[in-house]
Amino acid sequence: MSVRRLAAEQPQSFAFSAESEEKVQFWLKKYPEDRAASAVIPLLWLAQKQEGWVSEPAIRLIGERLGMPYIRVYEVATFYTMFNLTPVGEHLIQVCGTTPCWLRGADDLKAVCEKRIGKKGRENLSADGKFSWEEVECLGACANAPMVQIANKAGDYYYEDLTAEGLEKILDDLQAGKEIKQGPISGRHASEPTQSTVETLKDPSLYDGSRAKPITLPNSEPAKAEG
Amino acid sequence: MSDNLRTIVIDGHEVSIPDHYTLLQAAEEVGKEIPRFCYHERLSVAGNCRMCLVELVGAPKPVASCAFLVRDMRGGPNGEPPVMNTLSPMVKKAREGVMEFLLINHPLDCPICDQGGECDLQDQSLAYGRTGSRFAENKRAVEDKYMGPLVKTEMTRCIQCTRCVRFATEIAGVSELGAAGRGEDMEITTYLEQTLTSELSGNVIDLCPVGALTSKPYAFNARPWELTKTETIDVMDAAGSNIRVDSRGGAVLRIMPRIHEGVNQEWISDKTRFIWDGLGRQRLDRPYIRREGKLAPASWDEALGLAADRLGGDPSKIGVIAGDLNDAEGLKAAKDLFDSLGVKSLDCRQDGSKLGGGPRQGYLFNSTIAGIDEADALIIIGANPRTEAPVINQRIRQAWLHNNLQVALIGEAVDLTYGYEHLGIHASDLEGLPRKRSGFIKTLKDAKKPMIIVGQAALAREDGAQILRLAGKLAKAVGAVGEGWNGFNILHTAASRVAGLDLGFIPGAEGLDTPGILAAAGQGELDTVVLLGADEFDTTHLGDVFTIYVGSHGDQGAHAADLVLPSAAYTEKNGIYINTEGRAQLAERAVFPKGEAKEDWAIFRALSARLGRTLPYDDLNALRAKLIEAHTVFGQIDHAPGAEGAADFDPAELGADGDVLDAPIALSVSDFYLTNPIARASKTMAQCSSEVAAILKPHVQAAE
Repeated sequence: MSVRRLAAEQPQSFAFSAESEEKVQFWLKKYPEDRAASAVIPLLWLAQKQEGWVSEPAIRLIGERLGMPYIRVYEVATFYTMFNLTPVGEHLIQVCGTTPCWLRGADDLKAVCEKRIGKKGRENLSADGKFSWEEVECLGACANAPMVQIANKAGDYYYEDLTAEGLEKILDDLQAGKEIKQGPISGRHASEPTQSTVETLKDPSLYDGSRAKPITLPNSEPAKAEG
Repeated sequence: MSDNLRTIVIDGHEVSIPDHYTLLQAAEEVGKEIPRFCYHERLSVAGNCRMCLVELVGAPKPVASCAFLVRDMRGGPNGEPPVMNTLSPMVKKAREGVMEFLLINHPLDCPICDQGGECDLQDQSLAYGRTGSRFAENKRAVEDKYMGPLVKTEMTRCIQCTRCVRFATEIAGVSELGAAGRGEDMEITTYLEQTLTSELSGNVIDLCPVGALTSKPYAFNARPWELTKTETIDVMDAAGSNIRVDSRGGAVLRIMPRIHEGVNQEWISDKTRFIWDGLGRQRLDRPYIRREGKLAPASWDEALGLAADRLGGDPSKIGVIAGDLNDAEGLKAAKDLFDSLGVKSLDCRQDGSKLGGGPRQGYLFNSTIAGIDEADALIIIGANPRTEAPVINQRIRQAWLHNNLQVALIGEAVDLTYGYEHLGIHASDLEGLPRKRSGFIKTLKDAKKPMIIVGQAALAREDGAQILRLAGKLAKAVGAVGEGWNGFNILHTAASRVAGLDLGFIPGAEGLDTPGILAAAGQGELDTVVLLGADEFDTTHLGDVFTIYVGSHGDQGAHAADLVLPSAAYTEKNGIYINTEGRAQLAERAVFPKGEAKEDWAIFRALSARLGRTLPYDDLNALRAKLIEAHTVFGQIDHAPGAEGAADFDPAELGADGDVLDAPIALSVSDFYLTNPIARASKTMAQCSSEVAAILKPHVQAAE
């Protein structure tokens, strides 16, 4: 972890687009007027979705919109690491590096990213400015490890059951501007078993008692009748 | 809150404690010391430093005593009272552990730290910490943050207690400080390192338990144990904040607040705190006489001789204007002398205020400053308490926050740090108010303890007397004055004003008031004008009249003077000041007057001998005896009359009937940092004025 600071270079101004503004209104309506500050995280997120990152003018604008002192918005923006305080690539590749993904080959994916995009860190853009990548902690798709999340204008979607080649193809497609399919690339629909049928519970020996070994429970002898 | 007593056992002693107390308060109640960093009795409870851990018998782990209520303690299975230990081995171990964690990222730079010698961390580490450190790894370092010309930062020393953040948000009412990057990289900062714009910002220096926030002007000047501490009274505004002046040799090195629950609690304004460098600059340290258009040094003998010559003439051609920082003794000696000479044109209201004469309640802050806590509705007329008396404004803010005080304002709409209803900027808005049936007038009428504060901006105008009467009528109409509660308040801006009015330092029959003196001087109708530290008016109005300036600083008045008699500043004399509540307070000398300067009363005593009208006192005690004999209020030290005599006080008879002017009510303080000669001589204040005033734009005010 490093200290989170605002980017050195900042745009002159920020304004919500008409499309974002609609969503801003939706969030503002969710809270009573004197509790408008509750909408700070959704608004910061909308600003990030619109620009790709949260700029200083955006922080000020959101503070003014919600009647919050700037420092309060700044506190929120610097706390949540999902807010990008610096410009990031058009496609931000977030590679899961936590144990299940790591065991299933996350290191290969990282190598691909390093080769194709460059140095780790969301602020380090690729030469064409289209990509940047970072390693993140568990994204909760362990059954489809290894996986990456790609954040871009389309949203934040998971790409699962990856291999080095699979990720390369995804990067190629993104670079070419092609649509790519979300979810597992292995042909699975979700996290179902890879074989079509599983025969685990159909063996009759599971049920006829033939697998049981005789055991002796301690102190299980019935008490002898008195006499 | 109800006072349900609960029996608990603290360190083996059974005691009864109100059940809404926290364990920390309960322990203090019985004299047990609990170390703490983040807890402060005037701020909200944060509970993040963990230094106040105590053992609660039955609880699995130590609890933070600052955030645990007596009410929530659990007794024994057979109805035994709950037991809390503050000295057990568990507590000792917990404190040592917390201390060790706090010191992990704290630099051990006490020898170069300004907080050294008065540092909570230093003291508590000695008292409750381990002997040595087991930490061999690298420490965290934090970049320093810029917070303006007053607060110096050394953020590596910060232990993240967040007292400063809570102070700025809760007390000062400017949400400018915050904790960025919460987590292990948490840093206290202002938004993008902007200057703090609060007029109370210096208090974060006192609140900071370590050396992270220290005083910039005082940096590396002295160690606390080298300083002589003098408990005295502040004169920067009329609140009469209790202060401690720390000096070394002849120099005042810093000013700190003293606790007075009835006046300033434990806060002081930045002007009060950082004025001290002005005490060493622009000083009048010897008498001066204007020769060939230039002020030339002179001896006291020469100067007093010249003054006696000028004042021995026709008394009707002499005018006297007293300024804002005079002590009561100086005013008394001056008044006695000029009365004996037959001078009628005396005035202690250099701003042209129309107060004075009439009952004493007519010019006091009658509900008292502490009374703000009880009020439930308040209307402010022509005042900006934030700049005129920051500690009073802070008190209003607390009442607004915690007691649901409803506030309205007639006058310029300024940011007061609390919400208010703006009723207009004209005196006519006040005129029409009592006739209305709904709106704020109803709030005032329904209030049990309504308050009206009238400021100098409303009174120091040609129609000041009319506005005073309107305010008085409003007070009567809403029942603000009655047995046990007097809600009619005048907010003064000058520390010497109430004492001056009590002494009757106002024009006698056929005497001229300040505007009259200035007009007459301009037209050559006066021979001599005496200024007692009076600088807050346009001295070009004085024209060619012979001007004698008695004061401590070379400011406007001295520049216009033909004769300068140097006197002592407020830290250099023993004196009585009466604050806006009518509370007489004793100021003590911290250092000696500069050069040949003398105390004001002594100058007039010497002058009286030259004029053959020797005043009947030879020392300060004899003068005080005479003063108290004539006006008993000067003898009632630290007594604020409050609602005394309210039943016989009719505010509607104050001032005079008549029409009010159309001009809007302006602000009486245009620049908070430069309101008097000492402030104008201070480099720090000049810096604040240019830096803070420049960025002070309408800030977004959060409802926090």
